[in-house]
Amino acid sequence: MRSLSKTFTSQAGVTEALADVTLSIAAGELVSIIGPSGCGKSTLLRIIGDLAEPSAGEVSVRGKPPRQARLDREYGIVFQTPVLYDWRTVIENVRLPMELAGRPRAECLTRPATLLRLVGLDGFHDHYPWQLSGGMQQRVAIARALALAPSILLMDEPFGALDEMTRERLNAELLEVRRETAATVLFVTHSIAEAVFLSTRVVVMTPRPGRITRIVDVDLPEPRGEGTRALPRFFELVTAVRDALQKAGA
Amino acid sequence: MSEGPAQVRWRRRVRSLGVLVAIAVVWEASKAAFAIPSYKLPHLYEIFGDFLRRGSGGELWAWIMAENAAYTALEGLVGFVVGGIAGLALAIVFAHSRLLERGLLPYVIASQTVPILAIAPMVVVWLGTSWVSKAVIAAYLTFFPVTINVLRGLRAVDPDALALMRALAATPRQVFLRLRVPTALPYLFTALRVSATISVVGAIIGELPVGSRYGMGVVIINAAQYYNWRPANLWAAILVSALIGIAFYHAVAAVERRTITWQPITPAI
Repeated sequence: MRSLSKTFTSQAGVTEALADVTLSIAAGELVSIIGPSGCGKSTLLRIIGDLAEPSAGEVSVRGKPPRQARLDREYGIVFQTPVLYDWRTVIENVRLPMELAGRPRAECLTRPATLLRLVGLDGFHDHYPWQLSGGMQQRVAIARALALAPSILLMDEPFGALDEMTRERLNAELLEVRRETAATVLFVTHSIAEAVFLSTRVVVMTPRPGRITRIVDVDLPEPRGEGTRALPRFFELVTAVRDALQKAGA
Repeated sequence: MSEGPAQVRWRRRVRSLGVLVAIAVVWEASKAAFAIPSYKLPHLYEIFGDFLRRGSGGELWAWIMAENAAYTALEGLVGFVVGGIAGLALAIVFAHSRLLERGLLPYVIASQTVPILAIAPMVVVWLGTSWVSKAVIAAYLTFFPVTINVLRGLRAVDPDALALMRALAATPRQVFLRLRVPTALPYLFTALRVSATISVVGAIIGELPVGSRYGMGVVIINAAQYYNWRPANLWAAILVSALIGIAFYHAVAAVERRTITWQPITPAI
């Protein structure tokens, strides 16, 4: 793995969604971006993924501009909604990125099955998206994002639309997925507990225009799991993030 | 209690038969109750009896109707296919070029606001009284719903689905074939259901101008002329014309059910 750095400075748009954001992330980290609605955290993610243009400033992903990183298929992306293609079965949805990239046939047959096992959807290969629950659909979306073994996983409030129970279960599963893949993860959320539970660092942003107000290093013991949420340190970190958010005027 | 597919099918059959019986009862009951004369509303047996009457040439009317219906159906089918392909092509062109869309779409819309009854005689004069002119009129009516619906379908793509394609560095061709086309398919079939019935109407209208010799339009014109003598003949012709349209509609619906298998979104029929 090459070390990964991102520096980012921007003054975006008339509404000034983001102001002067600078951040660098090392390879293999899971960094959460947390902030109130409309603080531009999704915009930040989209700029990094070359889905939106910054009005000023620059991003560097593994030494490349985002456009090049995107064309090199460095990104896996998960949105708040699963964005599965209705006309494709579960396994065909997971296979989509590989088809687009023109991966060899043999790999297209084996890898999606492996990924579906990883996200616990072994028996659902030939189901259509509408036959799955919201949580299962989002698992398919995660498997799809991993299809090309991306170096960077961009997750835009991936569990925001799910109920609390499903969310916690998927949080634990995401940690497992991370052990299997070496991807760096950028995770946008508005759940403090989720951010602390998952991340190596939590980036706290202010409301519009979005600025980074504080970066909380999460030094929870590894491997994390069910017990992590009960640790006193977990509560301290949650409180630290909450305080930072409150000071930010959220 | 769960039902098997065979049971469901039977229940549907019984239900549609029930509806037919109900219509027949209301028909005959209102005829009796309001003393409606046969030239306004013939008895149902008079209408069905018309098929068993012999024409001036000695053939059974059932046979005369069948021949003319086949003729109209073929014209309608050719028009439906040609119009469908033309409509699809226009939609794809418009989806790719806002400039062409802005420039041409107003004329496409204008073409549909002109009464087809006014245009049909001109088309027949230009192209002759053969089946070609009728198919062209059917195509003229068919292409429009296809263009409008498919154009909307090609644009009805979820912005996040597009962002996903972009994040995956998909080529424009891949975006079109793997995202836009499947998104537009249900819209296409909705349009084809509409077009299937109006293509038959188009063919019949094309047969109305003087000079045509075959088709349900000719049968209808003749029956209308002799309506006072044998009103049942026109009713029978209307029934047959409707059956052609219904058959077209069901053919499209059957293809749709086999094509769009991924979602229970298609209409019940």
